[in-house]
Amino acid sequence: MLAGEAWRLSPSVSVRPEPFGALVYDFSTRRLSFLKTLLLLDVVRRLDGASDVDEALRSAGVGDGERAGYLRALDGLAASGVLIRSTP
Amino acid sequence: MTATLTETSTGSPRVGRLVDQFELGLDAPICLTWELTYACNLACVHCLSSSGRRDPDELSTAEAKALIDEFERMQIFYVNIGGGEPTVRPDFWELLDYAVDHHVGVKFSTNGFRITPERAAMLAATDYVDVQISLDGATAEVNDPVRGQGTYDAAMRALANLQAAGMKDFKISVVCTRHNIGQLDEFKAIADRYGAQLRLTRLRPSGRGADVWDELHPLPHQQRELYDWLMANGEKVLTGDSFFHLAAYGEPLPGLNLCGAGRVVCLVDPVGDVYACPFAIHDRFKAGNVRSTGGFDRVWKEAPLFEELRSPQTGGACTQCSAYDACRGGCMAAKFFTGLPLDGPDPECVKGNAEEALAGLDRSTLPGSSQDHSHTGTVRNAPVPLTLGATRTRPTSACDESPVAGMS
Repeated sequence: MLAGEAWRLSPSVSVRPEPFGALVYDFSTRRLSFLKTLLLLDVVRRLDGASDVDEALRSAGVGDGERAGYLRALDGLAASGVLIRSTP
Repeated sequence: MTATLTETSTGSPRVGRLVDQFELGLDAPICLTWELTYACNLACVHCLSSSGRRDPDELSTAEAKALIDEFERMQIFYVNIGGGEPTVRPDFWELLDYAVDHHVGVKFSTNGFRITPERAAMLAATDYVDVQISLDGATAEVNDPVRGQGTYDAAMRALANLQAAGMKDFKISVVCTRHNIGQLDEFKAIADRYGAQLRLTRLRPSGRGADVWDELHPLPHQQRELYDWLMANGEKVLTGDSFFHLAAYGEPLPGLNLCGAGRVVCLVDPVGDVYACPFAIHDRFKAGNVRSTGGFDRVWKEAPLFEELRSPQTGGACTQCSAYDACRGGCMAAKFFTGLPLDGPDPECVKGNAEEALAGLDRSTLPGSSQDHSHTGTVRNAPVPLTLGATRTRPTSACDESPVAGMS
């Protein structure tokens, strides 16, 4: 995943906020994932309205020091099909 | 903060702080079991819910739909439907459609008798439904004495129908016993043959399971065999987080490795009673009823029993043990129904720490079941107890039909 690409939640995915972050369930793969921070939940929610991943990270207030970790987390979500490429 | 920002349920047990969060409870359960009816066409000797006869007070179709609406509002992604035999309910397929239409996925457990080619085709047509066929022996000789005559063949027919309909990733669900631990490779071969996924779960001394526990629960060397087999087969085999007591052997098994009762797991029974887990149908673990004011949501969030289960647990005698961090003292329900203290070792503690307590128990004081819907008459597909018999004798009912009951 590149920070300059546009990604969004797959339509088969449902997100349930929890005190620690969120549960994410993909109805097509029947896999449950956990977003382990509230900030990551915020980033994921911002993806849809953002022009690219970078904008979602910045508008959510992800600091430079945390950026690599958050990108890796988003990468993992993309690999499991939770996030999909937005068609330009 | 590297790879630990996300995690999938089937991922490696690198859970760390997430488990701590789960121990405090969630806004809604992750794994909710809903037993639709106590009615069953079978009479399995180890039935967790002592099922057989329908309860006249079971939720109506309208009440069941209102409960599904509530699950949707709470964003409960999917429910595990069981029974009894859920397909015995005349409105079962209607409720299944209703759940799917309301974005509540369903995984249901069945003995397979009613999974006809037509039903299999219907099930294969939606992503939202998953099926689990119960099978407790890789051969009829091992399966039928536990589940009933003809049940092996019925399960095989259901598997064949699902495969022929193009259903993917359906489950074969096995309760591990003394008689089938040696068949694990054969179970896997059956699953592979039908394109199914194998799911192994732990025998619990709950319901009628208490009657056959002594004869069916795996022997210590078989527990080791099971653990080694699960470690070798990894995430390809599902366990429903059943065997976390085996984590005391060393490496934890895939999964959360914690008791989720009242924290991430609960059970709604056919009359709407909410219990801490599917293996704990007893007044001691009843949190409330979905028919009460505030419904299921309020029971989940506010029941005093659940608040107790979400508060820090002491671990009692087990905290002295080097393996406590791995097994967390084992299964609450298994301890309760074998008469052991809840803050001590599991009856199948792999370190043998429960042996002394079990030997010293007065077995006449075991808690038993607070409900029993077992069949009282003959059942067409009754188990053939060639070697099995009840080890816990039941008190004679006051309204037993025989005038000489209890006098022999």
